[in-house]
Amino acid sequence: MITLKEALALSKEELEAFKDALKTQIEANKELNGYIDVNSVGEGVPIAIKDNIQVDGWAVTAASNILQGYVSPYNATVIDKMKAAGLSPLGRTNMDEFAMGSTTESSFYGKTLNPHNAEYVPGGSSGGSAAVVGAGLAIAALGSDTGGSIRQPAAYCGVVGMKPTYGRVSRYGLGAYASSLDQIGPITQNVEDAAILYDILSGHDEKDSTSSTLECLSVADKLDKSRKLKIAVIQGHTDEASDAIKSAYTKAIDALKSAGHEVVERELLDGKYDISAYYVTATAEATTNLARYDGIRYGNRVEGKNLSDTYIQTRSNGFGDEVKRRILLGNFVLSSGYYDAYYVKAQKVRSLIKAEYEKIFEEVDLVLSPVAPDTAPKFGEMSDPMKMYLSDIYTISVNLAGLPAISLPIENAASNGMPVGLQLIAAPFNEQTLFDGALSLESTINYTKGN
Amino acid sequence: MFEVVIGLEVHTQLNTNTKLFCSCPTSFNHTQNTNTCPTCLALPGALPVLNKEVLHKSIMFGTAVDATINRDSYFDRKSYFYPDSPSSYQITQLYTPVVEHGSLEIDLEDGSKKTIRINRAHIEADAGKNIHEGDISKVDLNRAGTPLLEIVSEPDMRSSDEVILYLKKLHSIVRYLDISDANMQEGSFRVDVNVSIRPKGDEKLYTRVEIKNINSFKFIEKAIEVEVARQIDAWEDGTYEEEIAQETRLFDQVKQETRSMRGKEEAADYRYFPEPDLLKAVVSDEMFEKYSKIPELPDEKRARFVSEYNMSEYNAGVLTASLEWAKYFETMMAEGASAKNAITWLTVELQGRLSGGITPETSPISAQTLATIVKAIDDKTISGKAAKDVLDYRMENEMEIDAIIEKLGLKQVSDTGAIETMVDEIMAANMDKVEQYRGGKEKLLGFFVGQVMKASKGSANPQVVNEIVTKKLA
Repeated sequence: MITLKEALALSKEELEAFKDALKTQIEANKELNGYIDVNSVGEGVPIAIKDNIQVDGWAVTAASNILQGYVSPYNATVIDKMKAAGLSPLGRTNMDEFAMGSTTESSFYGKTLNPHNAEYVPGGSSGGSAAVVGAGLAIAALGSDTGGSIRQPAAYCGVVGMKPTYGRVSRYGLGAYASSLDQIGPITQNVEDAAILYDILSGHDEKDSTSSTLECLSVADKLDKSRKLKIAVIQGHTDEASDAIKSAYTKAIDALKSAGHEVVERELLDGKYDISAYYVTATAEATTNLARYDGIRYGNRVEGKNLSDTYIQTRSNGFGDEVKRRILLGNFVLSSGYYDAYYVKAQKVRSLIKAEYEKIFEEVDLVLSPVAPDTAPKFGEMSDPMKMYLSDIYTISVNLAGLPAISLPIENAASNGMPVGLQLIAAPFNEQTLFDGALSLESTINYTKGN
Repeated sequence: MFEVVIGLEVHTQLNTNTKLFCSCPTSFNHTQNTNTCPTCLALPGALPVLNKEVLHKSIMFGTAVDATINRDSYFDRKSYFYPDSPSSYQITQLYTPVVEHGSLEIDLEDGSKKTIRINRAHIEADAGKNIHEGDISKVDLNRAGTPLLEIVSEPDMRSSDEVILYLKKLHSIVRYLDISDANMQEGSFRVDVNVSIRPKGDEKLYTRVEIKNINSFKFIEKAIEVEVARQIDAWEDGTYEEEIAQETRLFDQVKQETRSMRGKEEAADYRYFPEPDLLKAVVSDEMFEKYSKIPELPDEKRARFVSEYNMSEYNAGVLTASLEWAKYFETMMAEGASAKNAITWLTVELQGRLSGGITPETSPISAQTLATIVKAIDDKTISGKAAKDVLDYRMENEMEIDAIIEKLGLKQVSDTGAIETMVDEIMAANMDKVEQYRGGKEKLLGFFVGQVMKASKGSANPQVVNEIVTKKLA
């Protein structure tokens, strides 16, 4: 597959020919089930779009039964920005229903296969986006990351996934899961492409009140892998991780050192607090964000005996189990009598996590961390929701603190041959350093799909 | 003996051009569901952006009621399912509202004043409207997302009279600031009443019952009356504990009773939490400076009318209770009418001729027209009596005042030459009476004046006639 950088240099004719060939190729690889459908909008370099990002005229359903029949009447800001930059949406990709999940198994459209091995999950929730890039069926894709949903599937599929600083990319038009955590970001074949796509997506948007007004400088044209950085690893961070992760971690540290970076050790709060704070915050927000799916104005209504029965029937039939579980949890933590004990406490923990990262970034440029405790699991292995939630342990603090992070492949695991990705994390709005460090690690490691 | 304890929540629709969180227009005479967009329809992915104008009007209100304006205020989500609420949560301000700790003064019957504390005023989004047609219910979301300022009083009122005084004062303040149309019938000034009773002397607050959305002052009075009676009856029957619950009740205007809206077991849990799609609403120094300079308020205008126009407290109170009538009076002043005659002709003659509910906007007589009539009285072109005929005629006929005076032949003759001729003629025809007058029978003055007035068919200026007759008889 050609890179985004190469595609942007193609002539109009070459691009059209490429797109035709791509569609044929997608059609020939349907069993991957990374794409839900393959509509295309306008001219330009084709980019696959996660099914929760609004594209005018497309069915956009967050992979949910409840949104069947819904057609978006408007473009997300990132779609407008892409089109203005000569990119065009091509195909919407599969995902966990409403971005709730780590395997893409909760999709209304069925499972997506991992391009490296069809017995394994592609990760989630942006599993479709990562799988199509990993399978060579997309130049690049958009995903959304609320607790690792870009970085984890990217790591499982052996591609690059980047989550921008909270507020750097407009959320206008992103079907919300958890408003204070969600960010749209690029999933690409390499670090440079991620930087190019990030530059296109980022910037202030007056339609998103949480979008940052800080000056947004381009990064791709200033990429510098020769910068020498101070990179922290967290004490005891991989103790609970699998051998495959430990091996990749050691390899990455060696690579960073060999590239001339200084690697230091720092401490962070026990990750178990991250999990609690995250699931309380995310489900509280999700409960309200998903309350609009009531069958009244749009989507898949199931008529009941009366109004309240219509709500019950519509939502009971429309949402899958994982979504229902999180709606219930969110309602519980916001209930009167429990609010202080759960929601308020979670926000305090969140402040602590943020403060800890701030302290670390006073002294270092980047933090190196695993993305997941193990390589991609096989289908069905994550059926225990608690096990699934715990597998988010390395990614969610980044969302809680609003930091930018990038996941990139390091090696394939000796045990099962599945890719292992690690992430670099930077201080808020320091995407330049993040990409510089990632480019350095990428070129030192020199990961190839087959190694 | 019981004491009634009442607190009010008033939802005032702010008259901004666009909605609270999107740029849809707020005007309502449009086809259903046309003033909508992804945000106020709560489509997936749409986000709210605060309309700053709402903050400006909140600052004005807070200033008018001597309140604290919170420089940082925050939005919260209040969750409940209803078809007129597209996102199934209302964006409101629970924890830190924009306005807190205010008060306003009401003037009691006995001439004393009472302060009613205002707990808070917070910004929130209005819902759409459900329209029920037989078995079918329809939803119109044109109103969804219209900005409301919810003004919450402390439970400081002790009677329905105090409630009405408070509401009228609040209403006039909102109108003077021009932050809301505040039309009760159209729902832009909606009142929820919280009522409880307690034995006189008791300091404790008992169970409060909320009566929702009553759309006239008359019904508010009635609703309070019947709800208080219900609570007292329950107390006296010993069934207070069972029958009086903290709940929302509706006032039935036909049956004259309040009725429970929902059972206790369905008591709503709104699951409030901070709205993550919005940052805090910041009132900058510059914004505060600009919007805390507010126009003259009803009490200030009343005091000024008294001192500037020598108006009675009563008339000043009547005129300034409504911004529109106060402006009407001020227009008459600007047109050059005398204050003394303007007050009488506005409050007695015009308002006496207008049936209830007529506002300055719907009055057939504009301030300019009434000022023209008053000026004609001022400069003695017509008599006060003749002016009543002019006003009556003008109420029925669209015509220039001068033309009416001409047509009705009401112009006073103040031309001394013409009057002198008339006086000479009358004296010549009544020489006997002239002699009697000169002989000391001064009462005959009235006879001569009357004869001249009669001869002029009432058009002579009586004062001029009086002067000339007196001079010639001497």
